Amino acid sequence: MLKIENLHARVAGREILKGLSLEVNAGEVHAIMGPNGAGKSTLGNVLSGRDGYEVTAGTVSYNGVDLLTMAPEARAAAGVFLAFQYPVEIPGVNNTYFLRAALNAQRKARGEKELDSMQFLKLVRERLKVMQISDELLHRAVNEGFSGGEKKRNEIFQMAVLEPQLAILDETDSGLDIDALKQVAQGVNTLRSPERAFLMITHYQRLLDYVVPDFVHVLANGRIVESGDKSLALKLEEHGYAGLGAGAAA
Amino acid sequence: MNSMINDSSSATALRDNADVAEALGRTYSAGFITEIEMTGLPPGLDEDTIRALSAVKHEPQWMTEWRLEAYRHWLTMAKPDWAKLNIDPIDYQAISYYAAPKKQPKSLDEVDPALLETYEKLGVPLHERAALAGVAVDAVFDSVSVGTTFRKQLADAGVLFCSMSEAIREYPEIVQKYLGSVVPTGDNFFAALNSAVFSDGSFVFIPKGVRCPMELSTYFRINAQNTGQFERTLIVAEEGAHVSYLEGCTAPKRDENQLHAAVVELVALEGAQIKYSTVQNWYPGDENGVGGIYNFVTKRGDCRGDDSKICWTQVETGSAITWKYPSVVLRGDRSVGEFYSVALTHHFQQADTGTKMIHLGRHTKSKIVSKGISAGKSSNSYRGLVKMEKGAEGARNYTQCDSLLIGKQCGAHTFPYMEVKNPTAIVEHEATTSKISDDQMFYCRARGIAEEDAVSMIVDGFCKQVFRELPMEFAVEAKKLLEVSLEGAVG
Repeated sequence: MLKIENLHARVAGREILKGLSLEVNAGEVHAIMGPNGAGKSTLGNVLSGRDGYEVTAGTVSYNGVDLLTMAPEARAAAGVFLAFQYPVEIPGVNNTYFLRAALNAQRKARGEKELDSMQFLKLVRERLKVMQISDELLHRAVNEGFSGGEKKRNEIFQMAVLEPQLAILDETDSGLDIDALKQVAQGVNTLRSPERAFLMITHYQRLLDYVVPDFVHVLANGRIVESGDKSLALKLEEHGYAGLGAGAAA
Repeated sequence: MNSMINDSSSATALRDNADVAEALGRTYSAGFITEIEMTGLPPGLDEDTIRALSAVKHEPQWMTEWRLEAYRHWLTMAKPDWAKLNIDPIDYQAISYYAAPKKQPKSLDEVDPALLETYEKLGVPLHERAALAGVAVDAVFDSVSVGTTFRKQLADAGVLFCSMSEAIREYPEIVQKYLGSVVPTGDNFFAALNSAVFSDGSFVFIPKGVRCPMELSTYFRINAQNTGQFERTLIVAEEGAHVSYLEGCTAPKRDENQLHAAVVELVALEGAQIKYSTVQNWYPGDENGVGGIYNFVTKRGDCRGDDSKICWTQVETGSAITWKYPSVVLRGDRSVGEFYSVALTHHFQQADTGTKMIHLGRHTKSKIVSKGISAGKSSNSYRGLVKMEKGAEGARNYTQCDSLLIGKQCGAHTFPYMEVKNPTAIVEHEATTSKISDDQMFYCRARGIAEEDAVSMIVDGFCKQVFRELPMEFAVEAKKLLEVSLEGAVG
């Protein structure tokens, strides 16, 4: 589904990604771990097409097409979803209205029929139930006045409604207390399916206690320095990133 | 005495993301010209012009004298220069002060089909049979009213709704009692000019205890070239009466600037409520700042009786220049004044708009919510005065003033003035300036929403507080209007 080869990217003239390669297949859950400044969030932003991230070398192929030439909204329509590390507030814009506009824009771009408000409401109610989120969230403006946990849950809820093929979770676990973390994890687990892939960017191992990844990668100094299964995460927890040795320093 | 003058806080937009705004020319769908046989006065202004104008309108002697007095006063006045506006000199002798379709209809059935078509194109239902919306309309074309709908139903309720010209002839005692009682002829330069040469406008009178059974609206259309429109509107709500009134405005695309200098007076007696909503979409000029309407408007409401309420809601997207401060004089005890405004400027438009809340009575309350949106190379200023006079025991004001910047060549400015002469009065002012952030844009786009739709959505959210004060149909129109007005602001 996603094939990243030798990706180099700069932010404000500084090279952050230095030859990152990664392959993700449908149905897989990959965790990307690494120390601060390793380039974890840069990877998420490059994949979703944020301005200000300049790719200087390498390729990213998504379902056989060149992802890097696509506008952010086209990537979204093609099924790429980024759960933001810092979800953005849009004052005065109703959460439900926003989500419906997003879903219908995506459907339209894919040549599917747009949902009318009744159909949409039905879908939303269904997803709310599955995600165990109160519908009070729906009546508020997008992320406005939301607590940290509410913001992250709202991201997962959006994901549940938009049903992406590739979900990138950028430190979705950061700043959450244990209850909120469990809720977010449960949401992700519910959405796991053979057609869908997850890229979970995280700083800590604790999310992986609840969402068990198929693969764990260590991102350091702009590239993947080590890959393994869940046990790698436990090893990191024990020895820290400093214990990674030669790979990280290169 | 507590007196405070809080001067300018201004901000200029900075948006690094250079995908903004070099103007794909906005679409002004009301810019067509109606070909119709016109009659009128040649350009020029002196006492004879005013006598001729008054004669054409078959006005009584007192009205002619009133106009002449205003004209003589106007000659002694200088145009105000305190607003943050660059205005090319206006040649008042080059303007025609009266233009009207040649065939004056006696009833709606006689209205020239070309005119009906004009209003049809603008989406204004003039034919009662077609007027399913249930809104009574007075249509003013250049200098005259061409028709007022639902007159019978209104008359049955005791409501008088007609053109000002007609009111002067039919209801002289009411007009004489109230005309100029809120905005005196010599109030300011443009009000004096209007008083001398006003052509038409609407007259509304709601008698004691009557709730007007439907929304009233006036649709103003400037069509003729080199013609000024000097509308004069008077709304009187007697004790306990309620009325909601809407006005809309459009004009054709022309390369010359055209002058619109209006005066609107509202009088609310004890327990009366007047809600006045405006969607102003005069031609704003093109993307290079050529043409457009000069909109100099004096709007003032007088809460003359206790427990009365006047609410102004305005959505201003048009005009090359807007100079407009709908105000409320809170004379009656416990009277309430509200002002909700969205002002959008794009390209080279300039707006200096706001309100005045003059608290005279005890326990009077006022609320101001102003939302300014600037795009392109435009300049958008809020100017507001809150005055608490000595007798304004326990009076309160709340002002919220937000500016949103799109692009990096526009400006937003806030000029709040506060004068507090009663120590028990409370004045609150909040102001914010923000821009549509790259983060907000990316968040929308990452969810699949295209750039222009994202801007519309964010702007709509920004204006929500004001839009919800508008009557339903107007709120929908206002939202669409903002979308159209912002076309090409991003992309």
